[in-house]
Amino acid sequence: MQALVIVAHGSHLNPDSSAPTHAHADTIRAAGAFDEVKTGFWKEEPSLREVLRTVESEEVFVVPLFISEGYFTEQVIPRELRLSGWDVSAWGSDGLSADTATFTAEDTGQTIHYCGPVGTHEAMTDVLVRRAETVTGDPDVGEGFGLAVVGHGTERNENSAKAIEYHADRIREMDRFEEVQALYMDEEPEVDDVTDYFESEDVVVVPLFIADGFHTQEDIPEDMGLTDDYRTGYDVPTEVDGHRIWYAGAVGTEGLMADVVLERAADAGADIESAIATVREETRETDAGGETPATGD
Amino acid sequence: MTDVGSTQFDVRDEQLDALCDRLRTNPGPIEFDGLRATASDDGDTFGLEIPDRSHGDLSESEFRGVASEGDVAPYVTNWYYWEEVVGHRGRHRRTFLRHAEAADEHAVPERYDALESGMETEWGEVVVTATLGSGGHRRYEVRHADDTGVETRELDAHDDPLDAREIATYDDRGRYRPLKTAPSLVSGWVFSDLDGRDAVETLDVLYPASVANWNLEREGDLDVTHWRETAERQTGIYDVIEDLDPEAVEWVAEACCVDSQCLKRREWEYDEAHELEADGGAGTFPCREPCSLVVAAARKWTKLEEEETHTYEFDLTPSEKEQVEAIVDAVADGRTEDIREADVYEGANRYRARFLRAKRFDEHGNLSGTPTHPDEDGTAGHHGDHDDH
Repeated sequence: MQALVIVAHGSHLNPDSSAPTHAHADTIRAAGAFDEVKTGFWKEEPSLREVLRTVESEEVFVVPLFISEGYFTEQVIPRELRLSGWDVSAWGSDGLSADTATFTAEDTGQTIHYCGPVGTHEAMTDVLVRRAETVTGDPDVGEGFGLAVVGHGTERNENSAKAIEYHADRIREMDRFEEVQALYMDEEPEVDDVTDYFESEDVVVVPLFIADGFHTQEDIPEDMGLTDDYRTGYDVPTEVDGHRIWYAGAVGTEGLMADVVLERAADAGADIESAIATVREETRETDAGGETPATGD
Repeated sequence: MTDVGSTQFDVRDEQLDALCDRLRTNPGPIEFDGLRATASDDGDTFGLEIPDRSHGDLSESEFRGVASEGDVAPYVTNWYYWEEVVGHRGRHRRTFLRHAEAADEHAVPERYDALESGMETEWGEVVVTATLGSGGHRRYEVRHADDTGVETRELDAHDDPLDAREIATYDDRGRYRPLKTAPSLVSGWVFSDLDGRDAVETLDVLYPASVANWNLEREGDLDVTHWRETAERQTGIYDVIEDLDPEAVEWVAEACCVDSQCLKRREWEYDEAHELEADGGAGTFPCREPCSLVVAAARKWTKLEEEETHTYEFDLTPSEKEQVEAIVDAVADGRTEDIREADVYEGANRYRARFLRAKRFDEHGNLSGTPTHPDEDGTAGHHGDHDDH
């Protein structure tokens, strides 16, 4: 018996915050790899404090649906889950390399494989690319296109920028897009000036965020000049300063995110190989022939 | 779901197979809910007892025959359901399902009679009804208590527990419900034919962790975390809440945790030695710790409570003073939507409030023209402090 628990931030104000978490849990549940798949939240229910007692299995893989290592993954989640003897050194991470460490939950006695966040896993690079495919409706998108990966920046956590750079570098190495650039909301190079950083006429912009919310739905579209008022919406693509901006919204809403969750659990020893193959195929919105229309909205 | 030729009272062959297998593979007798069954060491002869009936030295075919007889069969299907179908994994789930048919209080024949017409358990705003399916398998229906007595076909039918997520996300005016135990669950839906696992899963979506905490409390093992400990554990933007005065914690509990706001029964106090006077409520399942909504609200109150009081002078007529009180009451009790548009006898009526504003507020929104901060120019607005971290 093995269980998966996806832990995420959630929100008291906005139901969209937890929607991707539930969607990815549903995808994984349908793949049948785990006896139980549950979700737990900092701001919603079940709380991080009580989620483990809703799980019947003795062995639980916990995957944080967070972008980077930092306050939540290193302090809040282990404390609230009551991981006995937790210390961040157990991950032995350089800020990007947290994989897994095993603890006992003090209240339930369950064995908890506490995994690194999804945002720093190498499979996340594929999700960013998949997001570009989904928003353009082209499974082969790349030629003639630039790609921007957008992060929050270092305001609160230096590891956040590390994750953005890491994935931007990996996409660049694929040699698939004409140009790849990491951009930030609160530091240089800024997403406001997106068109200054690209020569390509078409630019896909993918925010490395878990869920759509204030930043991805209001700040970034307005900062890039897609719209003067986020409430009136914007087109995909939108023409800005002679570039077509294909704004993808939060990467975390992409179906393939479920694969990263599974990869994290597999790295921690979960026996789920066939589920990984299933999820990779079933979350694809563009078919192999590229006939599926764009779904960006 | 009904097998041809089988009713809820009949024993199926596979159930008899399971009974014999169990007796042969495990040398101990079966003793469960009034059924006692044994096998000889060589597994050739069997014994079977229920209250007021006892058979020994039976061949397997005789044993199967007796086990299928009308007054014995319910004991056998009851054993099969609880030991082979539900099993002992998931002790909270099992305990809840046993509770749903008062299994520890009633003997099998009475229970089967009661299950035929349905046994109801209230859980928050919903009612779980346990019934008998074929071969003694239990089936469960979950619906809103307000829909008791409504024809099933008039309700939106669901069979996937995860559908409950959508039901629980918005109230009847389409507003997001951040607190699943707020008494604002919409009605008009039914999960009419669930097995035990899905029934408990549905409750766990509607009221997360409620079944586990209810059972831990029954077992005397509920880990209550009182306010003080929760406050001291906080870090980041919430670490300030430990500065909130005990008196203010009383007001927090009165504001957030009474039954009109949350159906959980508050079991946490200020600390182990200091109980809160606010009503903890009469809910079925306990609240074992201040929730994230309480913590987030307490952060705001901690900051607000740092302010010193200040003496203001306002000119109000006696009726206007009472109107201000009526408006606070209406908002606090969530009644503003219920006040009819033309009911100008209600202080919290919209026209009455607009009249008061027109008369008593200056162009900066200051009551009676009195600035909030007298040393400033009076234009300082209300600044937001929306933090969802």
